[in-house]
Amino acid sequence: MSDELLFFTEVSLAGLGSGALLSITALAFVLIYKATRVINLAVSEILMLGGYLFFAAAAGFGLPAWIAIPLAIIGGGIVGAIVERGVIRPMLGESAISVFMVTVGLGSVLVGLAELTWGTDPRTLPEFMSNTPIFLGDVYLSPKIAIAMAVAAVVVPLFLLLFRFWRGGVALRATATDQAAAYSCGINVPGVFSLAWIIGCATAAGAGILLGAIGGISPAMGVFGLSALVVVIVGGLDSVAGALIGGLVIGLVEALAGTYLGGEFKMVTTFGILIVALMIRPYGLFGTTEIERL
Amino acid sequence: MRIATAKQSYSSDEALLRTNTQWAWMGILALALLAAPFLLDGYWLYLACLVTINVASATGLNILTGFTGLVSLGQAAFMAVGAYTVAVLQRDVGTPFLFNLLAAGALTAIVGVLVGLPSLRVKGLYLAIATIAASFILHFVFVNWQSLTNGPSGISLEPATFFGAPLTSNFHLYWVFVPITALMVLGAANLFRTRIGRAFIAIRDRDISAEVLGIPLLRYKLLSFAISSFYAGIAGGMWAYFFRVVTPESFPFITSIFFLAAIIVGGMGTILGGIVGAVFMTLVPELLRFLVEWASPFVPNAGTLLSPVRTVVFGALIVGFLVFEPQGMAEIIQRIRRFFHLWPFRK
Repeated sequence: MSDELLFFTEVSLAGLGSGALLSITALAFVLIYKATRVINLAVSEILMLGGYLFFAAAAGFGLPAWIAIPLAIIGGGIVGAIVERGVIRPMLGESAISVFMVTVGLGSVLVGLAELTWGTDPRTLPEFMSNTPIFLGDVYLSPKIAIAMAVAAVVVPLFLLLFRFWRGGVALRATATDQAAAYSCGINVPGVFSLAWIIGCATAAGAGILLGAIGGISPAMGVFGLSALVVVIVGGLDSVAGALIGGLVIGLVEALAGTYLGGEFKMVTTFGILIVALMIRPYGLFGTTEIERL
Repeated sequence: MRIATAKQSYSSDEALLRTNTQWAWMGILALALLAAPFLLDGYWLYLACLVTINVASATGLNILTGFTGLVSLGQAAFMAVGAYTVAVLQRDVGTPFLFNLLAAGALTAIVGVLVGLPSLRVKGLYLAIATIAASFILHFVFVNWQSLTNGPSGISLEPATFFGAPLTSNFHLYWVFVPITALMVLGAANLFRTRIGRAFIAIRDRDISAEVLGIPLLRYKLLSFAISSFYAGIAGGMWAYFFRVVTPESFPFITSIFFLAAIIVGGMGTILGGIVGAVFMTLVPELLRFLVEWASPFVPNAGTLLSPVRTVVFGALIVGFLVFEPQGMAEIIQRIRRFFHLWPFRK
């Protein structure tokens, strides 16, 4: 393999790896949107919180990784439950914009609380993954990114299966399709809302651990969530497959643009894609077109 | 209790200020604004100027978001366009103060129309996200168009001169900023007594119905973007003259959220709300600073707590107002007014 092609492959693989992380984060958006029609911008901050909870458990209390990881994920789920029950439930029936702004405000509160608790300095997570480089032929692949890809490869199909076969998943799809009909079938719709928030926030917290392991944690790491927001808009707000494919595409494009055009082009390319997607397919590649009636 | 406000002509019924009480309050406000620069010390005068600029920008956003129903998270980027226009004109051309401000408004209005173009196809949250994208792209332009914007290090400005008088201190700037902002607010208040403003409100309430009524949606939505960004551009221009240095980081994304928060807290879709919200949201961080200073003898390293506490309070205000008082502070003020209308006959 020529050097140039080798380099290209390595960059692409790294891009797909961060794309896998984007996909997992996007899943959190999709899950919550599908059930409750809320775009939850606080997913970015739950992600940050997940990283910090892991940090607190692993570095603060010295717990081994296999306890700290579930603890952080459960912590994210609990935050999701509290937020849903305390703030989002009273907003039921308000306009989408109001609820969106509530999640923006929540994000700000979470960032502030994280800064109060852990300070503003960036930190590195304790090592819990192996550091042996992986070679596919001649191509070098960072082990952490490989793990991120593996996790995404497990989590995304798992979600697809859950939506298809698990009772809760079916209830969630039913609620997404028609709330009144779901109610009359005996589905506990508020329960489904809580469930979606818990699972969504737990997923985000898990993504936060992975992201923190790769790039370190800081209160500002929630910016990653903005890229994930682009992913869900491009892929379709209510489509799990869209989150997966959108995440991989955006990750790949970001990595290629960052390498071949320069780091400052990363964000611009992402948002450029977003605007083009909005102009061509406002409801995303795989999203459901909303029909408006008077 | 208020009695004897019977109107005898249509024009008195449509007037901006309809009762003597309102005129009295407006007089008190005018007197306070006139007296303020002589009574306030340097720091509070600085805050007064900042509040004035934010009121202008928040009123602009209120036209777009509160009255037309198009949510924008690009207000900070629009202000940046205005600030850069003023800075570049001042540096390279040397045109007079008022011309620079108007040029900033005009150019920003054009940018606003461009950003508003997606509103042809998308609305609601999707439009808000499109404006997020636009503001990041504008930020990229400011950082990378080195020859014009001087890149990340930004542009420094000489103090402005207003008809020969140099505007060096906040005292001078106050006398220029307050009339400009007052004119802008008055313009906004009058806008909603005209056909255009009414069309905006119709679009907000139900855009399809508005179209059926014969309002060309695209034209009016773009017009709303243009007017709103004109306001943002002028506010950004004043900002540039106020701080006298413009960098890409002067207008971070959080500033856009700040302005949206200001009109939410103040009350969307009321002129009063935009003003009250901007004043309140600008002053709250300062009040927190006093609180932290007061607490510093009791709490170890209270100074480092200031920034996180501000972040928490900022978010909590947004959440609190949306959950408990969705109409904002303007509604609280209305409630107080209603109470006194009927006082003492009804509690």
